[in-house]
Amino acid sequence: MTAPASPAAPASPAAPAPPAAGDGAVRVHDVRKSYGARRILAGVSFEVRRGELLSLLGPNGAGKTTTVEIIEGYRRADAGTVSVLGLDPARDGSALRPRIGLMLQEGGIDNRSTPREVLRLYARFYRDAEDPDDLLEAVDLGRAAATRYRRLSGGERQRLSLAIALLGRPELLVLDEPTAGMDPAAKQATRERIAGLRAAGTTILLTTHELGDVERLADHVAVLDRGRIVAYGTPAELTGAGAPRVRFRLSAPLAEGERAALVAAVAGQSAPAARVVDAGAGHHYELEGLADAPDPGMVARLAAWCADRGLLITELRLGAASLEERYLELVGADAAAEAGGEA
Amino acid sequence: MSGPDGTRLLGTGAPARPASWTSKTLALTANELRLAMRRGESLLITFVIPAGVLLVFSSFDLSGGSSTGRPVDRMLPGSMSLAILAASMVSLAIATGFERSYGVIKRLGGSPAGTSALVASKTAGVIVVEAVQVVLLVAIALALGWSAGPAVSAPLVLAGLVLGTVAFAGFGLLMAGTLRAEATLALANLLFLVSLVIGGVIMPLDKLPATLASASLLLPPAALTRALTIGLGGAAGDATEAVVVLGVWAVLLAGLAARKFRWD
Repeated sequence: MTAPASPAAPASPAAPAPPAAGDGAVRVHDVRKSYGARRILAGVSFEVRRGELLSLLGPNGAGKTTTVEIIEGYRRADAGTVSVLGLDPARDGSALRPRIGLMLQEGGIDNRSTPREVLRLYARFYRDAEDPDDLLEAVDLGRAAATRYRRLSGGERQRLSLAIALLGRPELLVLDEPTAGMDPAAKQATRERIAGLRAAGTTILLTTHELGDVERLADHVAVLDRGRIVAYGTPAELTGAGAPRVRFRLSAPLAEGERAALVAAVAGQSAPAARVVDAGAGHHYELEGLADAPDPGMVARLAAWCADRGLLITELRLGAASLEERYLELVGADAAAEAGGEA
Repeated sequence: MSGPDGTRLLGTGAPARPASWTSKTLALTANELRLAMRRGESLLITFVIPAGVLLVFSSFDLSGGSSTGRPVDRMLPGSMSLAILAASMVSLAIATGFERSYGVIKRLGGSPAGTSALVASKTAGVIVVEAVQVVLLVAIALALGWSAGPAVSAPLVLAGLVLGTVAFAGFGLLMAGTLRAEATLALANLLFLVSLVIGGVIMPLDKLPATLASASLLLPPAALTRALTIGLGGAAGDATEAVVVLGVWAVLLAGLAARKFRWD
């Protein structure tokens, strides 16, 4: 099957600009991978710098897991180069594995073993691992230490997986959906732990669907879609690269005929492409196609126009999109809906 | 409770160094045996059924007069053959099949454990279980009046046990590494039952139709029973053919398992 050329985001404003080869803890260059006729990765390049947290985003099926598994040494790329802590994961796995902490998604533990047994087993793969009991307390599994894996909750399994990843004080931590299945308190604790690890100098590669976490934690974000990196940058760069927008909610619906009048009054002559579109139920609207970022005058004109018609603005949001909105623009609504349905 | 020095965040600092191969293998073997003791169905087929077969069928003579010795002379090698098959094929295949489907092997593969320590620990686990089986069955046989006569050949018994184990384990891992865990479970248990009949375990093979009997002798279960029967002095004869059959299967099945085993 031949893939259509850049189907998702042709010439996106936040065009993929992978950093120049430097002191990268992880360097992925032009990696390609197919399973039979199915092309999964169509030339992926990005870099995780030492000590930073890079978040790899993308809808399910975009190639995230394949990319991460190539970095982890589980799979071999068909073409391209991968360097992890200066080594080739496909060849130098035994030298690399003691230096990397992998937090895989749930599973991989015998149903009959307990968290304490599992941590003690994995600790014995190192000469001087962290103390298993200290780690159990740290991830709040003290009370579940002697519970069989089968009886642990999804969140407890995730925390055990994180503890396993931390046993060897890894230089590079690969976190695959670390907060999936956790309750809000555990999510918050895990977020803080990740932030602490990053502050202490651990390099972290994070895949997640929790875009709020990414906005707060990530130094850089790479967005993968249909086997290609479609955007790369800091969270601020990515969200700033979106089109200027004004979103508002009114106390009553806006008639079709009033929309052009609103645009004329608010955006003026400078933005011929501007128009008002529906942005959700409950009288949410968006003024799109603006030429410039919203300014105080524009807000005053919008408020005055609404006041003249007795419409109350109940919500107003200006400027950059959230990372989530920007992400949905990048990967397309259909892919996002699919990802949301499975997450 | 915080880390050992209070201020350092757990999981950060100078990376831990990998342990020696021996230390990793010992840790994995201990884990292997601890989990084996928690698998009730595995204990049933590796210890309880072979011991039961030896105890019960040593009380009857099912050979219909074709065997000259006492029933226990025939049942010790038969039950030992069954025990070895249970440990090295059935139990290993089922455990490994489920470990593979639950991603246990994948997770260990991403750790510093290393493939060779993993394989060594599985081998060591099987050897320990088999050693306990042999001691248990010989002890029961001695209590039933069996004695190690001058015809006992330790080298032949050992050769049979080693080659039989490699052949069975090869087939077990071939199933575990290529089939779904549930299919491995069903097939391994089916083969356990079939080998009761075609392995010469309970009935001597000469009670079977002639073609089936001679075909069975070319398969590992019956070949192992024959090698052990001669090696433990239960019958006189030449064990060369049985040992060669086991050796060929061992090479074939272990090689096939090594080539075809998929980790995920």
